[in-house]
Amino acid sequence: MLKFALAGNPNCGKTTLFNGLTGSTAHVGNWPGVTVDKKEGVYKKMGKEAIAVVDLPGIYSLSPYTPEELITRQYILKERPDCVINVVDAMNLERNLYLTTQLMEMDVPLVVALNRMDEVEKSDARIDAAKLEEKFGIPVIEISALRNEGTDILMRRAYAACKKPRKGTTVLKDSAFAQLIHDTKTALEGVVDNPLFHAMKLIEMDPLEVELHPQCIRMIEAFKATFSDDTFGSDFEALIADSRYKYIAKDISSIFIRSEKNKEVYITKSDKADKVLTHKIWGIPIFLLILFTVFHMTFSEDLLYLGALGAIKEDFVTLEGTFYQGLFGSGGINSPGVILFNFLDMSMGGISDAVASAMEGVASEWIIGFVVQGVLGGLFAVLSFLPQILLLFLFFSILEDSGYMARAAFLLDRIFRRFGLSGRAFMPMIMGFGCSIPAMVNTRTLADANERTATIRVIPFFSCGAKLPILTAIAGGIVMQSGTGNADVITYSMYLLGIATAILSVLLMRNTTMKGEVAPFIMELPAYHTPQVKGLLLHLWDKAKHFVKKAFTIILLSTVIIWFISHFSWDWVYLPDEKIHLSILASIGQFIQPLFTPMGFGSQLNHLGWIFVVAAATGLIAKENVIATFGTLAATIGMGFVGDEEGIQAVVHMIAATGITVPALLAFIAFNMTTIPCFAAVAAAKAELEDKKKFRMTLLFWFATSYLVATMIYLIGSWWWTSFVFAAAAAAVAGVVAYMNKKKIVIRFKSHKKFVTSQKNLFGCARSCADCPGCNVSSQYEKSIK
Amino acid sequence: MVKNLDQFVIGECGIIKNVGGEGRMRRRLFDMGATPGAYVTLRKRAPLGDPIEINIRGYELTLRKNEAAIIAMEVKDNA
Repeated sequence: MLKFALAGNPNCGKTTLFNGLTGSTAHVGNWPGVTVDKKEGVYKKMGKEAIAVVDLPGIYSLSPYTPEELITRQYILKERPDCVINVVDAMNLERNLYLTTQLMEMDVPLVVALNRMDEVEKSDARIDAAKLEEKFGIPVIEISALRNEGTDILMRRAYAACKKPRKGTTVLKDSAFAQLIHDTKTALEGVVDNPLFHAMKLIEMDPLEVELHPQCIRMIEAFKATFSDDTFGSDFEALIADSRYKYIAKDISSIFIRSEKNKEVYITKSDKADKVLTHKIWGIPIFLLILFTVFHMTFSEDLLYLGALGAIKEDFVTLEGTFYQGLFGSGGINSPGVILFNFLDMSMGGISDAVASAMEGVASEWIIGFVVQGVLGGLFAVLSFLPQILLLFLFFSILEDSGYMARAAFLLDRIFRRFGLSGRAFMPMIMGFGCSIPAMVNTRTLADANERTATIRVIPFFSCGAKLPILTAIAGGIVMQSGTGNADVITYSMYLLGIATAILSVLLMRNTTMKGEVAPFIMELPAYHTPQVKGLLLHLWDKAKHFVKKAFTIILLSTVIIWFISHFSWDWVYLPDEKIHLSILASIGQFIQPLFTPMGFGSQLNHLGWIFVVAAATGLIAKENVIATFGTLAATIGMGFVGDEEGIQAVVHMIAATGITVPALLAFIAFNMTTIPCFAAVAAAKAELEDKKKFRMTLLFWFATSYLVATMIYLIGSWWWTSFVFAAAAAAVAGVVAYMNKKKIVIRFKSHKKFVTSQKNLFGCARSCADCPGCNVSSQYEKSIK
Repeated sequence: MVKNLDQFVIGECGIIKNVGGEGRMRRRLFDMGATPGAYVTLRKRAPLGDPIEINIRGYELTLRKNEAAIIAMEVKDNA
């Protein structure tokens, strides 16, 4: 099958073109080793021959600094697509053609798809495509991916082009260093494929190429010693970039012919929006309002504030028992997110009941328990979040596609830089308050791998919606039992504690293991666009597929295991819910109970400490299980079966029976909030982290952080003077880190060395040949130019 | 008159004279079109003063102040 690759700048409409060409055949995966989307599909409108289409990541250049650039480069050089379709935004010709000048240098059939022609027409400008074609010597086809115009012609031209082999050409053949390009290329011919491309990159002193072709470096160095440009001296990296842009700019005004008045109109549309959205004073409040709206639409149970305003009484018809009960909460109208959640929850509950009653009397008790609770219960616990997760994805893709997300990063970069992160890290973190899963997937928009890892690690500290029941139930229980305090204050302080933990962790990581300069924030602010419904739906469908697939594999397996060990005793006897205290899980809990003593819910509770350990373990399936487990466990300690719903009541029972102290309860909340998140989020983290080692370290990091934070709360809460010990320890850590950074002491772990390149060049000599008496390579070269 | 891009006031424009720095950041600036000779207008600053937004080669580019500080600009003297 023929293989065509789409390459182009970000925001050039490449993905819209891809969606139009491939439709439902599209398939999204990952490029090997990195978390960059790899999109593949099939174009079927070329007669008998089907054509595979690959959407390469959006890039500005083929330099070797970002994973996206490396992928594109390696893909074209190694996988050898039959044709490269370079998508160029006609509204932004100059910068887009810069990539074209680099793609041209590869020995691969190339056509230019001049996209957004509809907007060019709208803005009353005109493009002389024939002239562009003549200038670059490659076919140029005018298209509008948005309206699906010209795309079939594009594919036909690409098909024709792919039948003829093409040699790389450069736009710099008339430059002052054309001789050097020619010589380097000649030296590489027969040694490598794509000699011209490698030669150009070598002359730019591209670190990857320098490593690959040391034999040519001397020649280039020798030439540089004899060469000097007025502006650039012998800085070839700058000179080549500049020459490319100069070549493009030379007669651009006769190619993109704009009519004066209408160019202005087009720009101001986006500008007008920007005036408000990135306003000096209103920019940040508007951002917060947008964010609030997104969360309100997804999670609120009082969408129009009818309940809060008192327009609806508590005993408002909730239509209990009817099909419509999901529409209304206890005191208001539900948001779309909650309505979808309720409907899915209801129908899945119905399926569970139906399955249970169908199996009643047919299968043995444990099989029913296994199917209904273990398999269906585990699956449904995860799947019921799907609507809200997808809704969050939808809102954030709309913000991303419209171009607003780049502005949000622009607004917030300053704040986040202080912690060693860029403004882009804000989105994933704040999404963590809703659900960790979309938040972790969203870290893909971060440019730097270390920054991404640090962000993924702290996302669970932004307490998600499912953790709220733990907070409210235990806080409520504390207030009820002790008769003092305020449940809301406890809840809010726990949220703040999570944020503080996140900030401190990021600071610590960015100064120790996840070091590295903050990635450059040199970013395009694309013109605002209306997001494409088709693109959004495809994106959502794709996310849903991934999530469901995971729910049925890794998450299902984990939840079944937890169900199994909590419903069977060591001698393989099935235990119903209320006998969980005899289960394997309970005995494991009893065994590791001493480990939790520093946090206040271990051995000091005598034979009952395991209850808290087991509750935290069931939270791995879904965090709201923690309180549900309290409900079931109440029976085992002689307090009567309480059931899932009465969260606070169950906690009160627990406090009475175990005699657990308030600091220990607070520590328990903190532990659950900051420890390893639910299996679904763990699976998301695993997919987003590049390697297994990082993933294992992340799990360890979560457990260690929660252990430390909870211990601190318990100890300080019980004996106030221990705060001095912790303060001293924190100061000592900060001091040591600061000292090590100042003295540049780096503790390296073994496998960390992979990418350390030496400071010297590959010959072990200084970079310039100017003061060098010469060597074989340079003397040969000097002869050849004489 | 020569001054660095980070010292521009809003609305000021000029021509890039020289780009300092090294490695990834410098290359990124070149790739985005910030090469010597390019015409640049400072459009606005973020609410907290940093980063800044410039217009270059017909599009909007944002960069931090410390990144702008390595770009030397040639400004026409009005006086």
